[in-house]
Amino acid sequence: MLGRGDRRGLALSTASTVIVLAALLAIFLLAPGSREVRHTFFNPTDMWRAFVGNPRAGYYSVGEAIWLNIRMFVAAEILILILALIVAVIRQSTGPIMLPLRIVSTIYVDVCRGVPLVLLIFAIGFGAPALGLAFISYQSAAVYGVAALVISYSAYVSEVYRAGINSVHRSQVAAARSLGLSQWTSMRHVILPQAIRNIIPPLLNDFISLQKDTALVGILGSIEANKAAELFSDTTFNYSSYVVAAILFLILTIPLARFTDHLIARDRARRLAGSAQ
Amino acid sequence: MTGPATQEALRIEGLRKSFGANEVLRGIDLAVAAHEVICLIGASGSGKSTLLRCVNLLERIDAGTIYLDGQPITRPGVNENLVRRHIGIVFQSFNLFPHMTVERNVTLAPMKVLGLSRAEAAEQSKVLLDRFGLLEKRADYPDRLSGGQQQRVAIVRALAMRPQLLLLDEVTSALDPELVSEVLDVIRELAEGGMTMLIATHEMGFARDIASRVCFLADGQIVEQGPPALLFSQPSDERTRRFLRRIVDAGRL
Repeated sequence: MLGRGDRRGLALSTASTVIVLAALLAIFLLAPGSREVRHTFFNPTDMWRAFVGNPRAGYYSVGEAIWLNIRMFVAAEILILILALIVAVIRQSTGPIMLPLRIVSTIYVDVCRGVPLVLLIFAIGFGAPALGLAFISYQSAAVYGVAALVISYSAYVSEVYRAGINSVHRSQVAAARSLGLSQWTSMRHVILPQAIRNIIPPLLNDFISLQKDTALVGILGSIEANKAAELFSDTTFNYSSYVVAAILFLILTIPLARFTDHLIARDRARRLAGSAQ
Repeated sequence: MTGPATQEALRIEGLRKSFGANEVLRGIDLAVAAHEVICLIGASGSGKSTLLRCVNLLERIDAGTIYLDGQPITRPGVNENLVRRHIGIVFQSFNLFPHMTVERNVTLAPMKVLGLSRAEAAEQSKVLLDRFGLLEKRADYPDRLSGGQQQRVAIVRALAMRPQLLLLDEVTSALDPELVSEVLDVIRELAEGGMTMLIATHEMGFARDIASRVCFLADGQIVEQGPPALLFSQPSDERTRRFLRRIVDAGRL
């Protein structure tokens, strides 16, 4: 049952939401160029044409092209989770034998976090084929795009992993090592399971960003959603195709965003319950 | 001197340890015979915990040698994982693995380090948990347990490695007063069973009851040691006397 105060709050929040949305819609509709914008960006007929595509007319289906984004995203995500973990564990290692690897991974993280992703995609997408190496130089543009995404994102995600590893209290390491567990076994069974639980929200946040960044691979010529939208607007001089691509990306990212929020809320509830004891 | 080498569980010679400019241990000499229970007493910051952590090789020492069963364990090249199999340690703050059940906490090291099968490790953990009244808790996660139960699980976890030597680092200091005795009872039972133990403690009454020898630490040195009856009633060093007087005034002895 809603109390009197609750009902008043609900009425207020509904009213304010309606007023704000109505105001924004009015500004959009009353703007001098509103008609033009609605025609070029939000034209239902063109949106549908862009969605289904027509290769004979020179443009591809945006709806079909998004599958390439999804495939690139899934492949990149799996590789990133593995590569980033390896980099993080190397950077956290302490043995003197690991020093060369530590230096290499530190340089890797510094460089690949610092270089804009677009440049990395260009460098790999045009550099790798030019090398003329067997196998490496004869892949599709999408493969080079995924390689660039993996290299760039693994540098970020390895730092997320590292933060997670450092968030596990040192006493847990002491307890594990005191039982005779090796450094690696302690990492594998005691530290990483706790670290990963702590970093799932920031990790998912990075993956939301990765989903969108698959659109950059279009610059290598892959027909992914953004590229397909571009081809449509090049042939028809109508930008509704970009809105279609944007909507498709939102359909992908919003569920992940809500899932991340859910995990963060659950985690906070767990922490509060833990500290209450 | 103590008896033949086989009777000597632990020997510490000239142990020194600094953290930066702060020298915490300034030349510790201590021999522990098998089945002996040594209580380390002294003010906070006197180096008791650091001494235990050095014996478990959790801290790198600056000078001196530690022998376990006559073998030096602080030389370069010694496999510290092998050494730690034989030395159990229990911490003030329990340090149970929060993402594992009680049973998994106890079986992890026997499986990964001693190579026991899951069934063997589970069987052993059942026996140990049962012995300390924790059997019905074996499927619970640590945050469902009271502090006293958690600390008893931590002791069981250390015992599951069948150590020759058990180090206890102020294991009751983080407990509510009413939970202290259940943990002390466990330690008492281990002492009666002949476990060799090195115990850092603030529980003077307990030290008096259980210790074969009490060592008083101050300023990183063992100032005075002896049987509890002697050390508590006729301390010879002025610093020991002052410390014990403060304890008595606080009503803790």
